[in-house]
Amino acid sequence: MSDSQTQHAAIAETSTVRVRRTRWQRMRILFSRAPLTAWFGMVVVAIYAVVTLFAPLLAPYGEAEVFSRGDAPWSREHLLGTDRIGRDVLTRLLYGARNTVGIALGTTMLALLIGGSLGLIAAINRSWLDQIISRAVDTIMAIPGLIFALMLLAIFGASILSLILIVGITYATNFFRLTRSVSLNVVVMDYVEAARLRGENMVWIMAREILPNILPPLIAEFGLRFIFVFLFIASLSFLGMGIQPPTADWGSMVRENAHWITFVPFVPFQDAFFYGLKPLLPAGCIALLTIGVNFIVDWFIHETSGLRDV
Amino acid sequence: MKPAGCAMSDRASKDLLLDMKDVHIEGFADERWHPIIKGVDLQLHRGEVLGLIGESGAGKSTLGKAAMGYTQPGCRFTAGEVMFDGQELSGMKIKDKRHIWGTRISYVAQSAAASFNPAHRLLDQTIRASKRVGDRSEQVLKSDAVDLFRRLNLPEPETIGLRYPHQVSGGQLQRVMTAMAMSPRPDLIIFDEPTTALDVTTQVEVLSSIRDLVAQFNTAAIYITHDLAVVAQMADRIKVLRYGEEVEQADTRTMLSSPEQDYTKSLWSVRSLEKPEKSGEEILLTIENIDAAYGASKVLHDVSIKLPRGRTVAVVGESGSGKSTTARVITGLLPQLNGTVTFDGAELPRRLRDRSKEQLRRIQMIYQMADTAMNPRQTVGEIIGRPLEFYLGLRGKEQERRVIELLEMIELDASFYDRLPDELSGGQKQRICIARALAAEPDMIICDEVTSALDQIVQEGILNLLQRLQGEFGIAYLFITHDIATVRAISDEIVVMWQGKVVEQGMKQQILSPPHPAYSELLLSSVPEMDPDWLDNLLDRRKHENVSDPAQTGQDPER
Repeated sequence: MSDSQTQHAAIAETSTVRVRRTRWQRMRILFSRAPLTAWFGMVVVAIYAVVTLFAPLLAPYGEAEVFSRGDAPWSREHLLGTDRIGRDVLTRLLYGARNTVGIALGTTMLALLIGGSLGLIAAINRSWLDQIISRAVDTIMAIPGLIFALMLLAIFGASILSLILIVGITYATNFFRLTRSVSLNVVVMDYVEAARLRGENMVWIMAREILPNILPPLIAEFGLRFIFVFLFIASLSFLGMGIQPPTADWGSMVRENAHWITFVPFVPFQDAFFYGLKPLLPAGCIALLTIGVNFIVDWFIHETSGLRDV
Repeated sequence: MKPAGCAMSDRASKDLLLDMKDVHIEGFADERWHPIIKGVDLQLHRGEVLGLIGESGAGKSTLGKAAMGYTQPGCRFTAGEVMFDGQELSGMKIKDKRHIWGTRISYVAQSAAASFNPAHRLLDQTIRASKRVGDRSEQVLKSDAVDLFRRLNLPEPETIGLRYPHQVSGGQLQRVMTAMAMSPRPDLIIFDEPTTALDVTTQVEVLSSIRDLVAQFNTAAIYITHDLAVVAQMADRIKVLRYGEEVEQADTRTMLSSPEQDYTKSLWSVRSLEKPEKSGEEILLTIENIDAAYGASKVLHDVSIKLPRGRTVAVVGESGSGKSTTARVITGLLPQLNGTVTFDGAELPRRLRDRSKEQLRRIQMIYQMADTAMNPRQTVGEIIGRPLEFYLGLRGKEQERRVIELLEMIELDASFYDRLPDELSGGQKQRICIARALAAEPDMIICDEVTSALDQIVQEGILNLLQRLQGEFGIAYLFITHDIATVRAISDEIVVMWQGKVVEQGMKQQILSPPHPAYSELLLSSVPEMDPDWLDNLLDRRKHENVSDPAQTGQDPER
């Protein structure tokens, strides 16, 4: 080949992105473009995170401390009053954040770990193993989740450990399905084949070639599933099969104060509002976090999908 | 058929259909607006075909779409005007544009398979736009569509419209899409690389039918492509674009015979690349009597190929001929049913997992689509560094130094170390893939259509690089391709495959010079040449000799 033909320099070929930015700069651009709803979500989640981490410091009293007066109205000693057996409601709300959010987070992570790794294995393997796991998951999904969890909790007892394991496994099915389907799109890529041809083992291919490419949908799913798990555990607690007293949590707080929904019309008018709020406060805490996380996940999905508004 | 050449003087007198003046388009990327088209003028008369050529990123597709007054999401017009038959399109409301799009201007996309709705029958999709106009009844439109199918040489024109997109081949789908574009009898059709995804044998058919229809209905067309030989057959006039600006414009014959700009000349010279063939003494890889199947369907029948050390064997054939399957057997991804693969004197285990690391290291592979061959989340340093660590145990500083050495070997430099694949051009990506293969210090590299997705100039660079590396390291290449120009440029020996069988095998000169077996003849003669009369001559000759696609007539290729 002659040199006269090689006037073309490979280095000079233009590529799509010309500006290199540090991670910090990219983050700043990302956040500067975040919509109001996302900021709302982030503020809510940040507050919850602080409360979860520092509950013992923030709470005025002990988690299960009982005072002489039950069902006390709002006052200076008890900012949000006391519950039926005389525990400080504000304290219980703060500890409840720690328990409910903490357990839900742990459960979701467990679900992600189980469902995610099985999904990856199934996607790579694509043979009898995929069939076995997929059909087992179908079977679990065919049973209504709440009934399934209630049954298992009745069998194994309602301890926090069995709660996490049972709910974690129930929700692992969703992660399995998602991971398997998004991985299938990545597994067929030439770079995965190239890694196989190189002789890489399955763990390396899963962790280094596939996982980084399916992370965005998994993170989004994690956010949403966290909310579902959170609501699910709150429902179980409301039904009395979740987190057991005296541990404070929002689901059981709603249940413990639910009678006020019936009794509010019979209390003196000036107190009605405060009594009515008793079951609503923990319910509101649940709702607020749900909405906040949803806003963040929406924003995240929008950013990572690569779609542009026209 | 276009009587080539006679057209220019007539056409100048015909009415101006499209007049684009000083068009500027910007695209939004990376938080900024970047200019994509930087002030291009374009005039098109009724019945005229304009060829737009240029490398990828030159803005030819963007300009083609701008002729419809359309910009992709994330792009915008910033200056200039697009006058189509007296109407200004760039600033027009989308509601009004809908009366023009699909009926007065239609668009034929590169990938027909991706552009059809899989849930509707072809006929219904073909007449969809014309139905919207409402001046002809559905019955009339349907029979007109069948007529178009017939003119486009589609098999079974009466009933093919009743099929769904997945039930016809890619070349047929491309022709159906042309029928769809023709159905409302538009004034202007934009063809955006309509044959790039097709085999050469199919390409000839699609090209000739497109050209006939355009001439019959006196439709103006903009034909976008990066294949110069194709544009030479289709266009009355050629416009060359680069970096969003016009390089030069002239009528086809002038442009081919005496291009003025250096850039255009360099485009033209690429296809003349040719290397002298050398025969090899020592055989590195032998595959003998290979049969292979995907499930129940057998795709390779008794395939035997020999690859000499330090030489290049090109495997040619259209898609479905078993070229890539042969590569999969050699790499162990698809264990063969019968036959043996012998590498450097020792038989290779059939399955990938039974092969040793050393055996894997010595055979490397480069893929057609460099985009999908590199993990988008890994940097260049990680991509090239991994085989170094995996096979040779290089780590840390030593690994980094070697990666930079490899980068320099492929004519890039250390500044690429931290880049992600997204930040590279198509040619650079393919170079990184070559470096990754090279890192393993292999004895042979399987190159699966490594240049087909690249522009001509970049192709040339890659081919030269591969040649140089072969000279320096004595690597043997098994070069899978369907492009005969590439074969001329790189190979020592050629293997022609058809429907899972080896039709012909031998030294380059011997295969490329007549007489050929029927299939090789068809394949070789279907490769477009840079001669505006090539297609006419070819069709003429085929009519006389009555050579047609053996895949359709069931003709025996070895006869």
